[in-house]
Amino acid sequence: MAENQYIYAVARIRAKENSLLKQQTLDQLMSCKTVKDCTNILTDYGWDCEDKTPEQFLSLEREKTWSLMREMVEDMSVFNIFLYPNDFHNLKAAIKQVYLGKEIPAIFMKNATVDPVVVLKAVTEKDFSLLPESMRECADKAYDILFKTGDSQMMDTVVDKYSLEALYKSGKESKNELFATYAEMKVVAANINVAIRSAKTKKPISFLKEAFVACDTLDIKALTEASLAGLESIYAYLENTAYHDAIQAIRKSPSAFECWCDNKMMDLIRPQKYNPFTISPLAAYVLARENELKSVRIILSGKLNGLPEEAIRERMREMYV
Amino acid sequence: MSELGLFFAVLGAVGAALVAGIGSAKGVGMGGQAAAGALTENPSLFAKVLILQLLPGTQGIYGLLIAFIALSKIGIIGNGAVSLTLNQGLSFLAACLPMAIVGYISALHQAKTSVASIALVLKKPEQFGKSMLFPAMVETYAILALLISILAINGIL
Repeated sequence: MAENQYIYAVARIRAKENSLLKQQTLDQLMSCKTVKDCTNILTDYGWDCEDKTPEQFLSLEREKTWSLMREMVEDMSVFNIFLYPNDFHNLKAAIKQVYLGKEIPAIFMKNATVDPVVVLKAVTEKDFSLLPESMRECADKAYDILFKTGDSQMMDTVVDKYSLEALYKSGKESKNELFATYAEMKVVAANINVAIRSAKTKKPISFLKEAFVACDTLDIKALTEASLAGLESIYAYLENTAYHDAIQAIRKSPSAFECWCDNKMMDLIRPQKYNPFTISPLAAYVLARENELKSVRIILSGKLNGLPEEAIRERMREMYV
Repeated sequence: MSELGLFFAVLGAVGAALVAGIGSAKGVGMGGQAAAGALTENPSLFAKVLILQLLPGTQGIYGLLIAFIALSKIGIIGNGAVSLTLNQGLSFLAACLPMAIVGYISALHQAKTSVASIALVLKKPEQFGKSMLFPAMVETYAILALLISILAINGIL
């Protein structure tokens, strides 16, 4: 990626970063009594919340980020790494919809590299040549699993693995440090999650082999053995890896671990605030916005469900700015 | 042989303007892209980012100055070309090199610093004064090269 290709875009992003939500803003949101109070604050920050449900304005904010990127970046394929999971989600959704034989509303995700209509057509006609090469084998395998065994959990596992492999390959081939780090973190988080869940539910080695995705910073063979041996073995294995500080969060709860992963990602991308070149600051902004949307969603759903402030605060992510 | 001397002297003069000019053109271009991005989001910063954009443009001017001095010395500009030995021609070429090379490299580095400073001004417009100092520091080395090229050219004939 040419260093000077994104100077204009990065300058715009630097200005946009000024309007990202800060930690103090989240504290303000948390101390609000109602969702309405929260939306008033968000409106002051330029969010278009008027006459919209939280889901609607959160989705609108995500769309704003992507339309900004489309405006500034000529070749949007540089962001494919963020969109592959949506492609594979759409594939899962299409297979399930065809399997169930009825239309499920709002099941497909926008902002994917392949049009969901094409994915649905490929699955309906069982013509996977309509899909990109990286999805064909996965589609064929997942389709067979669901239609022959009806095991949707196994199908999800298979598709998730292909999705992570596509994301990982894209990250490593990008020759961009941020994308490579993002891919590594995503795969590591998924592998640790699989290990923990498998240890709790005593999954067999055949399942682990199907679910784990190879990566640079985890030894899959050792993690498989640890998963079969139990939770304490997983913690013992992680103690000797770069992710030893995740153990406390894993012990606490799955949502605490998810929060740790997001915070770690923010730590890793934060240096991009001072990088005036390359695509990395743009990618970091996309991730920062996603993190921001996730945090606002947590606060709003906490308010809607009447959760105490302490419970919401526990799930709060660290902000990029 | 004397014609070859003149050729090298002209090569040096033209090279100083050419290479330093290319560096400045690239540098001002980079600054311009960042400035355009900054103005898209905050048009009130026009004057500030314009100054930062223009900073890498000075190397081209210095290169032009060296070319003028060298061409005047050898009479291309003025009363007609003087006769130069090969040694003198090569000396002119060598004298112009600092401005050409340092001009080119410093323009690119100054541009990168200007782009970073434009980002700083976008975040903290009140820090404009300080932000201008960073690219200006790079200018020091272009000025040193200019100085040495002038002294060397003046010492030849």
